[in-house]
Amino acid sequence: MIQVKELEKRAVEIRKRTVEIIYRASGGHIGGSLSSVDILVALHFGIMNINPENPEMKDRDRFIMSKGHSVEGYYSTLENRGFISSEMLDTYGQFNSPLAGHPTRKTPGIELNSGALGHGLSVGVGIAIAAKRSGENFRTYVLMGDGEHGEGSIMEAAAAAGHYKLNNLVAIVDRNQLQISGRTEDVCAVDDLEGKYKACGWSVIHCDGHNIMELMKCFNIAEAQTEKPTFVIAHTVKGKGVSFMEDKAAWHHKTPTDEQLEIANKELDQRMEELING
Amino acid sequence: MAEKVIPCRKAFTETILKEAQANPDIFVVTSDARGSVTLDDYANTLPNQFVEVGIAEQNAVGIGAGLALAGKNVFVCGPACFYAARSLEQVKVDVAYSKTSVKIIGVSGGVSYGALGATHHSLHDIAVMRTFPDMHVYLPSDRYQTEKLTQYLAHSSESAYVRMGRNAVPDIYTVNDQFSFGKGNVLTDGRDVAIIATGETVYHALQAEKELKKQGVSAMVIDMHTLKPFDEELILKAASICGCIVTVEEHSIFGGLGACVAEITSQNQPVKMKIIGIPDENVINAKPLEIFEYYGLTAPNICLQVMKLMKSKDRLIENIAL
Repeated sequence: MIQVKELEKRAVEIRKRTVEIIYRASGGHIGGSLSSVDILVALHFGIMNINPENPEMKDRDRFIMSKGHSVEGYYSTLENRGFISSEMLDTYGQFNSPLAGHPTRKTPGIELNSGALGHGLSVGVGIAIAAKRSGENFRTYVLMGDGEHGEGSIMEAAAAAGHYKLNNLVAIVDRNQLQISGRTEDVCAVDDLEGKYKACGWSVIHCDGHNIMELMKCFNIAEAQTEKPTFVIAHTVKGKGVSFMEDKAAWHHKTPTDEQLEIANKELDQRMEELING
Repeated sequence: MAEKVIPCRKAFTETILKEAQANPDIFVVTSDARGSVTLDDYANTLPNQFVEVGIAEQNAVGIGAGLALAGKNVFVCGPACFYAARSLEQVKVDVAYSKTSVKIIGVSGGVSYGALGATHHSLHDIAVMRTFPDMHVYLPSDRYQTEKLTQYLAHSSESAYVRMGRNAVPDIYTVNDQFSFGKGNVLTDGRDVAIIATGETVYHALQAEKELKKQGVSAMVIDMHTLKPFDEELILKAASICGCIVTVEEHSIFGGLGACVAEITSQNQPVKMKIIGIPDENVINAKPLEIFEYYGLTAPNICLQVMKLMKSKDRLIENIAL
């Protein structure tokens, strides 16, 4: 229990840092970054076998950030986990920063250059096949957006994962219901996500994507699968943690004003206090 | 000795099978193209190093990149027309940008599919592939060069696109020839004109050179098997020695071999040039060789263009003399 609370505190720190770097860079994918934070924390702090001292360790678990636009939350997670320094993260948004506006492999801890949607699951399938064929035991996790599921290539990858019975592969959708133009089901429906993945031979689990304990349980259940890849539908709120950003498509990519930054920090500090005192 | 000439794609599959038998980290991925690539022997012999994804080129390239990220040297094989278009973003992002050890083997390239039409032609592939940073581009000209190129790529961690044709083509080389990939290969030492070709047009350039010799014209024929990195030094040397250049390619006249050459000469050593290739149109319905002939990719038109160019080169010299 204590451990989960520690992770919840990390999530608040990461959210604060995410908002801060976006404010300082004068722009960023803030809504989707905030909705993904708890998933990133569950994986990077609770589940995956990874080592910031040796980011390329051979038997590490692999994580692919297919929704590459949520990079600010991802960088902030990697900073908190010790993969990148605070000095490095402070350069985000500055001229010639080593950190691009979408993930690249140059950054320690990042496996793939991403940002064009609908690529990550295929790459994850390739990694998972390689692991199986070579008898390696590491696991592969791919985080996608829900709007991203408009890309048909994801279904090609899902079909292959089912065909090759990749029980070492977990795909997660950050199901925040929003994409840049509005609600996913209004823009061009992506549901029935559960049915689509089941039809491709996956095991599907729903969970509260802001409940780190529940997320970790899902990943543990996935690990017990003997034949099927697992799809975790993580139900989230876009902009989670900052009241005026929550569930607003307008905050897909937006910079907080000075006043908004202050309110966001106050709300996140309050959440931290609750965790410390609660 | 009547040895059967095999298509380049067959030379590739025979070679990659040998390489993969010696190295368990070599993987082949294909998209329902076992037949077109001639991969049956490979798939049956090394099922553990073979991944079939069905008709899904985007997925094939993505999976290839994933295999490479996990330490494999991956050859993603299928018709060039689909890999250079349908899965182009995966090639750009998952292969070139991510610097993964993936080789896209585009078979039945150019107009190999003849009358099957523009859906099946790949006449834009050099143009797009060469603009991706870190992507190498090769067009081998015969089975022996394909074999050597495959051996080279089996030991290289680069990202690459290789285009080869569908049908058997006449031998240019012998089994003993060695190649320096990344450099052009001078086949004849002419001084009057440089004829630069790539892939299947190299043979036609050599045929033209023989004809031209009869007419007293000495042509330097260069096999530009590597389109990227491009051998700038050799192009400038050819420009300097010959003073005029004809390029011949089974590709759109836009953005291909001719463009590569012109980009270098125009900025460093301008010379008269003629770019022979497929004009800006969807090609006629015909057999590949008929298409070559119709658009002037064979010896008669190459000779004609050389003679025209040499006349204008002379005029240029006369003008300067005046």
